[in-house]
Amino acid sequence: MVMVQTESLFKSFGALHVLQDINVTVQQGEVICIIGPSGAGKSTFLRSLNQLETIDSGKILIEEQLLLHRESNATVERASKEDYKRLLLQMGMVFQSFNLFLHKTVLQNITLAPIQVKKISKEQAEETARNLLDKVGLAEKADEYPSRLSGGQQQRVAIARALSMEPKIMLFDEPTSALDPELVGGVLAVMKQLASEGMTMLVVSHEMGFAREVADRVLFMADGIVAEDGPPEEIFTNPQNPRTRQFLNSVLPQ
Amino acid sequence: MLEALQKIWGWLPALLESTAITLELTAASVTTAIFLGVFLALGKLSKKRVIRSLSSAYVFFFRGTPLLLQLFFIYYTVQKMLQGVAVSITDNPGLQGWFWDGFANALNNSPLNNRFFAAYFAFSLNIAAYLAEIIRAAIQSIPKGQMEAARSLGLTYGQGMRLIVIPQAYRRMVPPVCNEFVMVLKDTSLVSIISLMDLTYQTRQISTLRESQLVYIPAMLIYLVLSAFFTIIFNKIEKKLAEHE
Repeated sequence: MVMVQTESLFKSFGALHVLQDINVTVQQGEVICIIGPSGAGKSTFLRSLNQLETIDSGKILIEEQLLLHRESNATVERASKEDYKRLLLQMGMVFQSFNLFLHKTVLQNITLAPIQVKKISKEQAEETARNLLDKVGLAEKADEYPSRLSGGQQQRVAIARALSMEPKIMLFDEPTSALDPELVGGVLAVMKQLASEGMTMLVVSHEMGFAREVADRVLFMADGIVAEDGPPEEIFTNPQNPRTRQFLNSVLPQ
Repeated sequence: MLEALQKIWGWLPALLESTAITLELTAASVTTAIFLGVFLALGKLSKKRVIRSLSSAYVFFFRGTPLLLQLFFIYYTVQKMLQGVAVSITDNPGLQGWFWDGFANALNNSPLNNRFFAAYFAFSLNIAAYLAEIIRAAIQSIPKGQMEAARSLGLTYGQGMRLIVIPQAYRRMVPPVCNEFVMVLKDTSLVSIISLMDLTYQTRQISTLRESQLVYIPAMLIYLVLSAFFTIIFNKIEKKLAEHE
């Protein structure tokens, strides 16, 4: 099944064209790494999928159902209110700056949305939350406040929090960029495990090692377009686009 | 000297009794104003232009005119206007019957006839305008990522505000709101002008009737002690709230 499909997404901030005709199709279970120089529109692309950014025009389909179709003349076609909500909830998001709720404990961070949005009982939500914490290796931190955790631990809690809504697609927006180098590994390990369990993932990342090892496909974005799209070994060893070559030369150790 | 102290001692019960009015008015107005202020702050942050303009106009009006005039306006003008409406209802032969009688009666005996209530009303409306700015600033100081995380988990904007943003902003509001409380405590002395028996009114009464200017000394001391007391309490609350930051 096609989990995510975008058709000619356009988005600009004033005179800056951040997304220019983005057409991406993501199959179920695929892990896609999006790489590229900063300002290429990688984050904006992820954020426009789950509506944290409003696109100027284009079409977004989730699980082969229309989420939103906005034409350049500002006519909008959306899924029905219920479908729209349901389709949005198919996507979980992990942010660069974790964005854990600072006034809630780790456990409360994870149970909040299931209780409030899915109306699941507190006991059941807590049970699920503890299982998720176990999965990310932080079972003993359930009652801590986020400020007491390291960046890497916070990010793993954030992953558990996103998983609590049982999404089918996970969006990672530079999940390790704000971390000290020694903490990156723990987060990547959790992401690898998710990938191996068959989660559909879109990952904006500067971790070329992760992209090489885990990704099924790598998208190279520059100046608001997808300049290259292919399996990692192809992109990394034999890039076709000169922009890709230039970028890889600057980030990969020679 | 001893005589003076004895005099002051003798006035204390009356002064303390009216201090209760000052405290009640302050506490009631600030509490009401916090609720109103949250709505005004959300209004100022609203995506809808009409709501934004209305909230801004409210804040502009109440911060741009003297509190004393607002008090006069509510106690005298609004009350007169209500009574005027009541008279025109009673005089209108078309508006008879139990409903209109009751309505006119209610307008004639509106709570605004009560000095305390009029003062409470004026102060709440006024303080809300100041608190709205404080609350808005506190809400805006919470990183955008908090709301984004809430939205990405399926929470509505309202839930995100209520469960995530406002509870965090609330900690940052505590210091300026407490500051405002202490200011209001002193500003309530204005109500003595509409003859509400607060500490200041009582002080003036004593000074006129007993022909003594000494009474201003204990009155000021009472204000001072109250200010100090609340400042200390609020500092403690602030420290407690900062624990999880």
